[in-house]
Amino acid sequence: MIGVISYLVFFATTASILAIAVLGLNLQWGNTGLFNGGVVAFFGAGAYGTLILGGTPQAGHLGGFELVYPLALIGGMVAAGVLAWIVGLLTLRLRHDYLAIATFGVAVAFENLMRNAEGLAGGAKGVRGFERPLRDALGDGFTYNLLFFVVVLALLALVYLFLERLVASPFGRLLRAIREDEEAARSLGKSPARVRLTAFVAGSVILGLAGGLYGTFYAFVSPQDVLPTLTFQIWAMLIVGGAGNNRGAILGAFLIWGAWTASGWALSRFAPVEAQLYTGSVQFVLIGSVIVGMLLWRPQGLFPERLVVSQSGTSPRTQGR
Amino acid sequence: MIQNLLDGVLTGSYLSLGAIGLTLVMHILRFANFSHAELLSLGAYAALVCDALVTALVPVFATKLGPLSLTWALALAIVVSMAVTGVSAVILDRLVFRRVREKGQELSMVFASFGMALVIRNLIGLVFGLSPQLYSKDIAFAVVLSRDPLILVKPDQVFVLVAALVLMLALHLVLTRTTFGFSLRAVAENPTLAAVNGVNLRRTVMAVWLIGGGLAAVAGVFYGLSHQLIPVMGRDLVLPIFAATIVGGIGSVYGAVLGGFIVGIAANMALIVLPAGYTPSVPFLLILVVLILRPHGLFGEARA
Repeated sequence: MIGVISYLVFFATTASILAIAVLGLNLQWGNTGLFNGGVVAFFGAGAYGTLILGGTPQAGHLGGFELVYPLALIGGMVAAGVLAWIVGLLTLRLRHDYLAIATFGVAVAFENLMRNAEGLAGGAKGVRGFERPLRDALGDGFTYNLLFFVVVLALLALVYLFLERLVASPFGRLLRAIREDEEAARSLGKSPARVRLTAFVAGSVILGLAGGLYGTFYAFVSPQDVLPTLTFQIWAMLIVGGAGNNRGAILGAFLIWGAWTASGWALSRFAPVEAQLYTGSVQFVLIGSVIVGMLLWRPQGLFPERLVVSQSGTSPRTQGR
Repeated sequence: MIQNLLDGVLTGSYLSLGAIGLTLVMHILRFANFSHAELLSLGAYAALVCDALVTALVPVFATKLGPLSLTWALALAIVVSMAVTGVSAVILDRLVFRRVREKGQELSMVFASFGMALVIRNLIGLVFGLSPQLYSKDIAFAVVLSRDPLILVKPDQVFVLVAALVLMLALHLVLTRTTFGFSLRAVAENPTLAAVNGVNLRRTVMAVWLIGGGLAAVAGVFYGLSHQLIPVMGRDLVLPIFAATIVGGIGSVYGAVLGGFIVGIAANMALIVLPAGYTPSVPFLLILVVLILRPHGLFGEARA
């Protein structure tokens, strides 16, 4: 019994961390219409940043700053934000293809750099020497994992509430206005490029937070964790859940992660041994088909964006306040 | 140094072929097609199948063309594969991209192509297996052009370069000398105005996919001739091809040709200063440089 519960906690922790990432992507795509083809680069920047800043000194690579954990996590988020700021600054003034290609490129280059630059982050062997916070007090067992899950869940709730407030705020209205009609927004004296950049960086910082938590959870990160696969998975979660709807984004994360884990388990259990090599291929065909199928038959996702009439007094959000 | 330059030109010849189709699609349908590189894999594997079929049915065709490792069967297979890949691209458009387009979600096109790339790449892996394959198991010997500095060229590489240049010239003639070429450029310029003037939009879009798919097939086979066939080759090719279109300016066919050669040469020249492991990052660095210095590429123009 304890085995099942401890597995459920493990599953829910991973799914919640991914849900935070999906929320970050939702701010970029769902609310602002920015295609981020390199989710994993910002996720990875958060993970690598956190582990390098918070880790113990290592002979082989950079690290050993031994920052207090919250500071290390914030450092990882800043790393993701800076990366997004550079990419955004160069591409957000251009037509939308450029952002898609540049972000995709940043993810390829990030993985490539982490795999090769041994002196920076351990190369293919990954970042070692990170101690999970409060490990001395709580040990490595079930208690620790349960507590970590609670912390992740609290952060997920925090990010959710923050984004809900943001989307309902004048800034959120501005984001949707630019998404729907850039010319109209510009004619009202708004600067689409700057607002887009803000949203892109903010979304990437949230992706960085998810990455930092992911790195903390495993106390390890390697180039294997920042493969383009993760970008696909996080995108599938958002599309299935419903772009533009934060609750849908969270449910999509749990649903897709559940389906992914279950299909992996089923294939390893029931598929013949000689076919095991192809488990990954089958899973990718499935996730690709889910993405395309959703776009064709239910592009709004399982939980569509709720349309809000943004006029003072008539919006359900402002009533009764 | 000269060897690197030479290798770069040869890499450039298949990148250019891939980039031409991509830039046309991006210009006319206005979305970054992440599945274009999968058309290269599709073409390469279609040629592999066709080559095996022809060799089995008509053994005479298994003879080689002069010093090349290319056989008559493979030459025929390339032509068939161009047709197969072109038609597949049209079918792909009908099944997925046109439907998404007609729902009016321009931005979703990028994402649909992301998903399709994943599906095609892994289906190829499931059908053909994950291990690398070759068109010819014979070792193609390189000809020594010069001993000091050592410069080696394989006859196949020269063939690839010449064939690529011939195809580009043919496309140039079609675009500048035929009514079809004019209507194609008109649609790229302004679809509505072109339609008013009697250009059939659907047929033009179909032609773009046919041309793009056909050239991608050739590019894929040429990649297979110089390297090997692996199901994930699209993953390694997508960024260099995108880089070529950005360097040349999205929408410019001549830009894509030049961009392909620039990316190919840069990736091979980078080997002189960077360890080989960093090669996959070179196209991205090139994209960054272009975006800083000349955001719309060498021949591109600003367009919303």
